[in-house]
Formats: sequence, C-alpha cells, structure tokens
Amino acid sequence: MSPLAVEVWRGGAQGAFQSFEVPRHPSQTVLDVVTYIQRSLDATLAYRFACRVGMCGSCAMTVNGIPRWTCRTHVDKVARENKLVIAPPRNLPVIRDLVADMREFFDKWARAKGSFGGTQTRRDDFARVPPDSADRKQVDAGIECIGCGVCYSACDVVAWNPDYLGPAALNRAWTLVKDERDGATIERLRAVAGDAGCHACHTHMSCTERCPVRISPTAGIAGLKREVAKAALRGKL
Amino acid sequence: MNAQRETLLWVAQRASAAVLAACVLVHLATIIYAVRGGLSAAEILGRTHGNAAWLTFYSIFVLGVAVHAPIGLRSVFIEWLGWRGVSRDVALLLFSFLLLVMGMRAVLVLFA
Amino acid sequence: MAYLHRISGTALAVFLPVHFWALGLGLEMDGFLAWTEQPLVKFAEWGLVVLLAAHLGGGLRVLALEFLPWHDWQKGLAAAAAALTLAVGLAFALAL
Repeated sequence: MSPLAVEVWRGGAQGAFQSFEVPRHPSQTVLDVVTYIQRSLDATLAYRFACRVGMCGSCAMTVNGIPRWTCRTHVDKVARENKLVIAPPRNLPVIRDLVADMREFFDKWARAKGSFGGTQTRRDDFARVPPDSADRKQVDAGIECIGCGVCYSACDVVAWNPDYLGPAALNRAWTLVKDERDGATIERLRAVAGDAGCHACHTHMSCTERCPVRISPTAGIAGLKREVAKAALRGKL
Repeated sequence: MNAQRETLLWVAQRASAAVLAACVLVHLATIIYAVRGGLSAAEILGRTHGNAAWLTFYSIFVLGVAVHAPIGLRSVFIEWLGWRGVSRDVALLLFSFLLLVMGMRAVLVLFA
Repeated sequence: MAYLHRISGTALAVFLPVHFWALGLGLEMDGFLAWTEQPLVKFAEWGLVVLLAAHLGGGLRVLALEFLPWHDWQKGLAAAAAALTLAVGLAFALAL
C-alpha cells in the first residue's frame, strides 16, 4: 500500500503543519499513525491518549477538519487519496502540537451547575428511582458523557461566541435537572439561562452528529429551554 | 436578571415564529395567486381597499415581524459581529420600531 | 440548513423596510411596478420568495426540535425543509 501523506500541527496558537510520510497498513487507526510519528519519526511530538480502545475520550483530535476519537477512527474511513491532516481539538487553546487546554471546557461545566445538589443525609433511606420512569429515561439518554470535548469542538456557536457554555456542560445540567434526587434545580436553571446559555443553541446538531457515545446534547438543551421557559413564566426564575 | 431576559426573548421569538409560520403560508399562497398575469396598483388596491379581514391579518403579520426579526438579528449581531453592550439592543429596538411604523403605514395605505 | 436559515433571515430583515416602503406608495405604485418588470428584479423577487420559504422550513424544523418529544426521524427535518423550499420556489417561478 502507498504510504500516507500526513500533515500534523506543530506549535501552539502560532505554528505550522509539518509533513510526515507514514507506512499504511490495513486496519490502522489515526492514533496508530500519530504513535508511529512520535516513536519513529519525531520524538518531540506532543499528543494525548490513554486507553487506546474507545473508552476514555483522551485521544480526541481534529482529523481532516472533523473532531474525532483517533483510536476509533480507521484510516480507511477518512484518508482521501492517502492524505491526513491532524490538528488539536478545535475551539480550545493549544498547549503544544496536538494537546489542547481543557480548563475552559470544565470551567463551563461548573458554571452551568453541572454537579449534583443532594438533599439527603446518610441517615435517610436510599432514593428509589424507577429506571423506566419518563424522567429517568431522559437522564439515561445523556448520562454516559465522559467529558471528551468532541461536541465542544464540533459546535459552531462555541466557535462564534467564546462565552457559550457548550453542549457538554448543558447536557450534564439537563441530566441533573431531570434527576429527581437533585435539589438544586432553580439555581441550575438560572445558571443555564444566562447570557450565553441554552438559548444560544441554534440546533445545528453538530454535537449530536459527532458524539462518540451517541448522546444528543441538542435534545437535552431543547429540554432545558422548555424547563427554563416554564420556570420564567411562573416567576420562579 | 440576564436569565429572565434571555428566556423571555426566546419565548417571544418562538411564539412570534409560530404566528408568522401561519401568516407566511397564507401570504405565500396569496402572492402566488395574485402575481399571475402581472401586477398593477389599481388591481392590487381594488382587491385590498376597505377589506377589514385582510387589515387585521396583515396588522398581526406586521406585529409578528417587528418582534421576530430584531430578536433573530440579535444572535447574528452577537455571534458574527461581536457586538456587545447596550448599544446593540438599542439599535435593534429602533429597527423594531422602524418595521412597526413602516409596516402599519403600508397596511393602512392598502387596506383602510 | 442552519447557515441558510441565518442568511435568509438577515436578507429578509434587510428587504422588509424596502417592501413596506413600496407598498406604502399605494396608488402611486405603478411607477415602481414598472421598474420591477426588469428580468434581474424578477429574479431577485423569486430569490426572496425562495429565501422566505427556506426560512420558514428551517424555522419549522427548529420548532419541531425544541417542542416535540425527541425522535430520531427529526434529524431528517433539514431535508424536509429543503423540499418545502424547492416546492415553493417552483410554484412561484411558474406563476411569474
């Protein structure tokens, strides 16, 4: 098989693409390509990975313009004419080469009140939540998020408005709003309804299209819009 | 109260969208019908003049537009022009007023 | 579809004051109507009608996604909106 012509981003916010020639194999992932470059061609290349098997979300990068988990992206699926362009995840500051600074991603998670607000103590009995209740089903549809940032990289509004909380943070807020054990709902609705909150979502659905664990943040954000409207119209906001 | 304001703008936008969806469907059908065989002032006014039903319909249409268009532009101004601050919303309020005044003037000229 | 929704909305917002001004001419409209007989203007009129239909289609899609219970078929709404736009464009072109 002819070798791959791979362009890899080097540097920080300022930098350039560097070209490498990488042997192509049947059944090869983009992470395999990056690993080969760092081990055999240029040891100074910085990149993130951990599990290599599509469970941790660490290896998210921009591949030919699209945010993906590189360990779960087969070269066959994306290399047109044997070419690959690999860049750090979009919409985040670049630390070096393929590594992005995830701090603002998680800061927004906190700003959206994406953490559980409990009401019970250890002396209370367990909460009983039927798994097939309507609310719980909606929570379950969004609960598998591992904070990989692919949706955040895919989102047009994140690119256009640096204050936008983003799909992951809002999706997590939604799963908590629908969690009957959580007691912080009003605070959370206020947090997500602010200046660059759930209303800034224009349902482009890039997040839903790209999420590697098949969550639809668009659905959760639509739910938040409805809940916030109900609260506002009842004067609760 | 940002949350309150953003939420009410969203509600107003979706509500006006629903009203306008109905108005636009009627308007498109009407225009496609009326435009056959060409247009003239006399022909148009012959149909519209003194018509209370159409007067009401188009007044609602104008009101809907005066709410919907500025709120829509607001997102574009924030996201594509980076226009922050009160001046943006003042400009949009003025635009809303412009649409209302010019729209109602047209309605009165044609239907009253 | 999303970009089309935004561009069509902006174009319509810019067009409307002109539209209202022309309608406000009332009986004196004939001079203006004569000007609109030019092929380029006719084409622009057709374009505006298509943009209106596109904006309506995209808007119905947003309303469906935000207010109806979530279903997978909703992802096909963009295609439905595009179809509606084409239909209206064709109807108007035939009427002109």
